[in-house]
Amino acid sequence: METSAIQGLHMVGVYHSYGSTPVLNNISLTVPAGELVCLLGPSGCGKTTLLRVAAGLERLQAGSVTIDETVVAEANLQLPPEDRRIGFMFQDYALFPHLSVLENVMFGLFRRDKAAAHTRAMDVLGQVGMARFADQHPHMLSGGQQQRVALARALAPEPRLVLLDEPFSGLDTDMRGRIREETLSVLKQTNVATLMVTHDPEEAMFMADRIKVLGENGRILQAGRPADIYYRPASEYVARLFGPMNMIDAVVTQGKLASSFGIMAAKRAAEGQVVRVLIRPEGLILSNGAGAEGGTPVDVLSAHLLGDSSMVRIQVREGANRGEEFQVRIAGAFDLTEKGQIWAHVDPRHVFQYPQD
Amino acid sequence: MIMAGLVTMPILAVLYLAFTPVDDLWPHLVSTVLPGYITTTLILMLGVGTGTLLIGVSTAWLVTMCRFPGRRIFEWGMLLPMAMPAYIIAYVYTDILEFAGPVQGMLRELFGWSSKREYWFPEIRSVGGAIAMMTLVLYPYVYLLARAAFLEQSVGVFEASRSLGRGPWRSFFTVALPLARPGIVIGLSLVLMETLNDFGTVDFFAVNTFSLGIFDVWMNMNNISGAAQLASVMLLFVVLLISAERYARRKQRFYSTSGKYQALPGFQLTGGLGLLATAGCLTPVLLGFVLPTLVLLRYAQLHFDPELALEILEHALNSVRLSVLAGTIAVLIAIVMAYSARINGGRLLLAASRVAAMGYAIPGAVLAVGVLIVLGNLDNGIDTLARRNFGLSTGLIFSGTIAAVTFGYIVRFLALSLGTVEASLAKVTPNMDGASRSLGRGALATMRHVHLPLIRGSVLTAVILVFVDCMKELPMTVILQPFNFQTLATFVHQYASDEQLGEAALAALSIVGVGVVPVILLSLTIAKSRPGHRHGN
Repeated sequence: METSAIQGLHMVGVYHSYGSTPVLNNISLTVPAGELVCLLGPSGCGKTTLLRVAAGLERLQAGSVTIDETVVAEANLQLPPEDRRIGFMFQDYALFPHLSVLENVMFGLFRRDKAAAHTRAMDVLGQVGMARFADQHPHMLSGGQQQRVALARALAPEPRLVLLDEPFSGLDTDMRGRIREETLSVLKQTNVATLMVTHDPEEAMFMADRIKVLGENGRILQAGRPADIYYRPASEYVARLFGPMNMIDAVVTQGKLASSFGIMAAKRAAEGQVVRVLIRPEGLILSNGAGAEGGTPVDVLSAHLLGDSSMVRIQVREGANRGEEFQVRIAGAFDLTEKGQIWAHVDPRHVFQYPQD
Repeated sequence: MIMAGLVTMPILAVLYLAFTPVDDLWPHLVSTVLPGYITTTLILMLGVGTGTLLIGVSTAWLVTMCRFPGRRIFEWGMLLPMAMPAYIIAYVYTDILEFAGPVQGMLRELFGWSSKREYWFPEIRSVGGAIAMMTLVLYPYVYLLARAAFLEQSVGVFEASRSLGRGPWRSFFTVALPLARPGIVIGLSLVLMETLNDFGTVDFFAVNTFSLGIFDVWMNMNNISGAAQLASVMLLFVVLLISAERYARRKQRFYSTSGKYQALPGFQLTGGLGLLATAGCLTPVLLGFVLPTLVLLRYAQLHFDPELALEILEHALNSVRLSVLAGTIAVLIAIVMAYSARINGGRLLLAASRVAAMGYAIPGAVLAVGVLIVLGNLDNGIDTLARRNFGLSTGLIFSGTIAAVTFGYIVRFLALSLGTVEASLAKVTPNMDGASRSLGRGALATMRHVHLPLIRGSVLTAVILVFVDCMKELPMTVILQPFNFQTLATFVHQYASDEQLGEAALAALSIVGVGVVPVILLSLTIAKSRPGHRHGN
């Protein structure tokens, strides 16, 4: 196959099941060198299993795994993990508690002579900003520092492929953003192929060059750049990954769908078919007074300030969805109350149609 | 795998015999000794069970939940009698309580009696005496597990019961005790296994239990298949005990009430009540450890004789050599078995380790019979082979050698080392293996650089545990020991049987001293694992 000639990770038709339940079903993916591919899916959907199969920590049951043009696993071949030249960063970091930070990073450098290994380890530690902590032991470090050491340890032997298993899930929210940025920059400098799994869509959007959404059935539901996934979710499931959705079920009449928010053209649906219309809370825009024509008059039921945004619950007053409630996310605090009639209209970029069977 | 097979062979041999009855002896056994063995063994188990339950549970509750003078010392002090082998305490008490002993002597002097007929005094060398002796040294098992169970209970549950209007006593019987039941059952089954295993005490007191029966049939009637048949009946008891223990362990999981720990309530017991609690905890420790130790110390001093001391030193060296050898090998096997089970997860290996773990439950006398059968067959096999091929007879190579004793020790105590090693290996997350492997180290290098350093402490503990149990071991050693070879335990047994406890006191003291080591280890572990005192992970 032509694609296998590229540098990086190449998995074809990978299948894996525990007992009779398949957790990975015909997964094929390519991670070219220098790119970061993110596997996004709910917990327990087999994401981690895919990483472990790539690493050789789990036996490949069907399909093939190729790293840098070398087949490392297929039907009658299972290269053990130690011979795959990979770097694996575990969710719990799995730092060796009996070794110092430096010794942890040097652990994979045993093939080099002592001085070279030391230099390399200190280099990588410097890259992640942990050189000062070289002599400390893992239990003396904070979660963020441990994460950086784990990254340095995985990168030190210059692997051909880096695998990251939920790399930021153990960190506090305020820490997560910063560490995420640092990790991304280190990986980009290294120019290594990286496969990462996460259940956090925001994280995937931030880190990934390309995202693969893995469903509960162990199949890839959609693959694409972050913007593709967010603005063109291929299924209701993918659309709902990014948070709660407003939902309208409408019937296609003369090629159109009627809703309180206006008439829209039905896409990919037959006459008379039910179409589920999903609208993101940020896809509803509220305004009041003059210049709000074209919108739908609504009543505000409640408003909660969440910090940099507010969640507003509204009830539609007329049209096909009269009396139904919707969620609206607006920037900042909600301050339109007591100022006359409030109108809502939709931002078509946040509206998605899914014909129902 | 081969190792696993080897160590499980004696157990399997006995099991095999249990299910293939050789019918020549049965009628004879059934009509003569068997009913007696069964009744006596049952009475003994019932008595020791009741006694250890009463002492173990009540002291565990006092020490865990109440505050009274000396509580902190009792926390670990209650464990001390564990260091005292039942046979040693039996020798000591017989010595002081028998007709010619100091207690009766004093009574006679005090009241002016001159003959045995003039007063009543309990006969120590009886079933009752055996029950008392074993209860005194075995209750720590119940104490240990009951205390752990009480500690793990959420205090909230107990307090909820009290807030619902039940007093402390009723709350104890309706909430705390039922919740701790699985732990207590485990402790109790350990006690009963030890009771079954005991040989020294029942031999000395002439209480006809199975252990003694097996020994008798083997040594005095020289009838190995008879011994094996008795052993098979005894195994029935063992199987019952093991199932009780397994059942309790399964239940234990559902009985854990909360992961959250609160400070224990610490009912303040003041005045008379406090003193009563102190006395209640002090009595078993005094009787089970302090008093016998003092008596032994005194005897050792009175009967000190450099020549005898030299002889004892020689036996001690024998004991130490054997025990170190067995301890080291048992732990090495345990490491290999546990680690290969970890990386292969093979079912056969798992089964082998389960069978191997049974060694601890099977009484020494039974196992010794198994070892004899296995080694006997091995010797015969080699002998036949050698005769056929080289025309010479090798005779018995393994039977009746130190190798046989060591082999027996390993089979019996492998469960101890395997359990310790497995438990600490389980604490190393599989991601550690993954991390090391993905960094380019193979399975063996991973074990050397990651697992061994991480479990080093437990490996040492395992060696010590096996070592100490080997030092105390009596029934297997008596059956398997080579001619003209003695360990401390058999030496003490022999002298005490000849009513020469004084001469054996020094040796007995050494055994007790060695036995204190695991007690210290245990109390350290308890102190460390106590919620709120946890060190950083």
